[in-house]
Amino acid sequence: MASSEYLVEVKDLKEYFPIKTGFFGTTPLKAVDGVSFNIKPGETLGLVGESGCGKTTVGRTLLRLYKPTSGEFYFDGQLVDDKNITDLRRQMQMIFQDPYSSLNPRMTVEDIIGEPLDVHKLYSNRAERREKILHLMELVGLNAEHATRYAHEFSGGQRQRIGIARALAVNPKFIVCDEPVSALDVSIQAQVINMFEDLQEKLGVAYLFIAHDLLVVHHISQRIAVMYLGRIVEIADADELNTHPIHPYTLSLLSAVPIPDPKIAKESKRIILDGDVPSPMHMPTGCPFRTRCRYATEHCAQECPSLTDRGNGHMVACFEK
Amino acid sequence: MDISTIDVEEKVKKNEEDSVLRVKNLHTSFFTDSGEVKAVNGVSFNLTKGKILGIVGESGSGKSVTAYSIMQILADTGRVVEGEILYKGKNVLNFGKKEMHDFRGDKCSIIFQDPMTSLNPTFTIGSQMNEAIMLHTDKKHKKEATARSIELLQMVGVNEPEKRIKQYPHELSGGMRQRVMIAMALACEPDILIADEPTTALDVTIQAQILELMKELQHKMGMAIILVTHDLGVIASMCDEIIVMYGGRVCERGTAEDIFYRPSHEYTKGLLRSIPNISNMKERLVPIAGSPINLLNMPKGCAFCARCENALKICLEQVPDEMQMPDGHYASCWLNVKKQLEEEKANGEQ
Repeated sequence: MASSEYLVEVKDLKEYFPIKTGFFGTTPLKAVDGVSFNIKPGETLGLVGESGCGKTTVGRTLLRLYKPTSGEFYFDGQLVDDKNITDLRRQMQMIFQDPYSSLNPRMTVEDIIGEPLDVHKLYSNRAERREKILHLMELVGLNAEHATRYAHEFSGGQRQRIGIARALAVNPKFIVCDEPVSALDVSIQAQVINMFEDLQEKLGVAYLFIAHDLLVVHHISQRIAVMYLGRIVEIADADELNTHPIHPYTLSLLSAVPIPDPKIAKESKRIILDGDVPSPMHMPTGCPFRTRCRYATEHCAQECPSLTDRGNGHMVACFEK
Repeated sequence: MDISTIDVEEKVKKNEEDSVLRVKNLHTSFFTDSGEVKAVNGVSFNLTKGKILGIVGESGSGKSVTAYSIMQILADTGRVVEGEILYKGKNVLNFGKKEMHDFRGDKCSIIFQDPMTSLNPTFTIGSQMNEAIMLHTDKKHKKEATARSIELLQMVGVNEPEKRIKQYPHELSGGMRQRVMIAMALACEPDILIADEPTTALDVTIQAQILELMKELQHKMGMAIILVTHDLGVIASMCDEIIVMYGGRVCERGTAEDIFYRPSHEYTKGLLRSIPNISNMKERLVPIAGSPINLLNMPKGCAFCARCENALKICLEQVPDEMQMPDGHYASCWLNVKKQLEEEKANGEQ
């Protein structure tokens, strides 16, 4: 396993949250139900899906913010468990969606970025700590003179940069980015997206880029995984997925994206899905998508399709397509 | 589209004639402890009958405040300080309580971003809909109102409406709640529907459902829609006409084609360059530098000039006037004035 080409290998990851139902029993909420994927060093895997599909839970479970119910996660060939996660967090980090609630308002920028350095004892003296912090601020495009300011003194885009600098402080090989640009204004999004791309080129860091905006994910990712109700229904190369989607859910998801071009937008035919996503507490039998799928058959209700390779690493979980 | 194929005069005239709502030089300010915040700073536009007008801008650009000014539902500290909002020739700002009550709901309704906070969690869907119907239409009896509620819910594609009217908002999904809001807004068949970020809180597939529904209803009922959003994709797929706002001012207004294919304001151009699109997937995005302006501290000149790459000296000093572009749409940018002067000079020399 040690000589794997992948930095991140996730096998059949499951995360069930126990939900109290009535006096005695608990019912598992299957937030993530058997997810497997790989990420190469320096690669970006986009993870898309609608709210409640479990994409955020995948990211958090990888970093063991939640203890997984079952499944294996190999990082750099090493099986991640409760014992080694603290050390491994030096190599994997997370960036959160909301740059307002993810930064401690009582800490200065210097202390926010310095905290991971303190935790992992990555400096020998104060001067080195400060030097590292200033270097990180420069790396993410923050003015080093602002090191003594508090988070509330910065705009949303700048706060997200602070969050990114904090994640980069330990020099990680892998960062889970959980909707890092969706709280930002349109004109600021591009700045942050470019920064992610630049940092990857410079530092060779791999991203799991979780987002719901398909155009943003397509732009930043080399490969994209589509999730629906706790399962991955399709994984493919980003361009391949956008030009030749196979799974009926991916098709409707892509057709629902409003394209910022009036001619294309008005001509394109949307595939409108009926109804809402079923509750993960009462999952349909068989394929989770079958209740909204046009092609669903008896077979889909009885058995859940697993991901099969349709050539060139384009994996799809569907019986009918 | 080639500019020469557009009949500019016809376009401008048509726009003037069919308008249901004309906003002229609207200024709305909020008077806060830290001073006057000029949220809307001289906005003018025409809303054409049966058309969808999109107002696009980032947070703090004044797009929502413009919508709220029309409905007169500003927060206590907010006030329209100048300008006119003309509905069928009458100024909405001079309406008394009674007239305003008739205008709101009957002639003009609004739906908000978050359908959970705009519905009362302690009443059933049915009783909230009945309230609106009984207040604003001639259906004064509960039975009639309930029948109308069911009819409306059916129209917006809510399944099992008889069951839904007995349910509470928390029992419905986000998409369903937004459908209920739309049904309530349409109860009196208004002339104008204002939709303030109606799909921002929804998922893409649900967003597609709601947008499709709004288009369909607009087609059926012929009302005009003001769609306020920050999403250029939504704007492109929905709107006939577009207003681009920045820092409380209109940068540019015109048809969807004008704005997307012939942008004439540096902010619009920057915005279009900075969003991922099908055509620029392999290229680096070109972001707009800097960060959005602070409305408490507005610059003397053009609001966008601090972030504009091509800013001139005059941009710092003076706010540009709205200028008509060769294709008939309007933009407020000194660079257009400069270009025009240069062209005139070149023509003179010939």
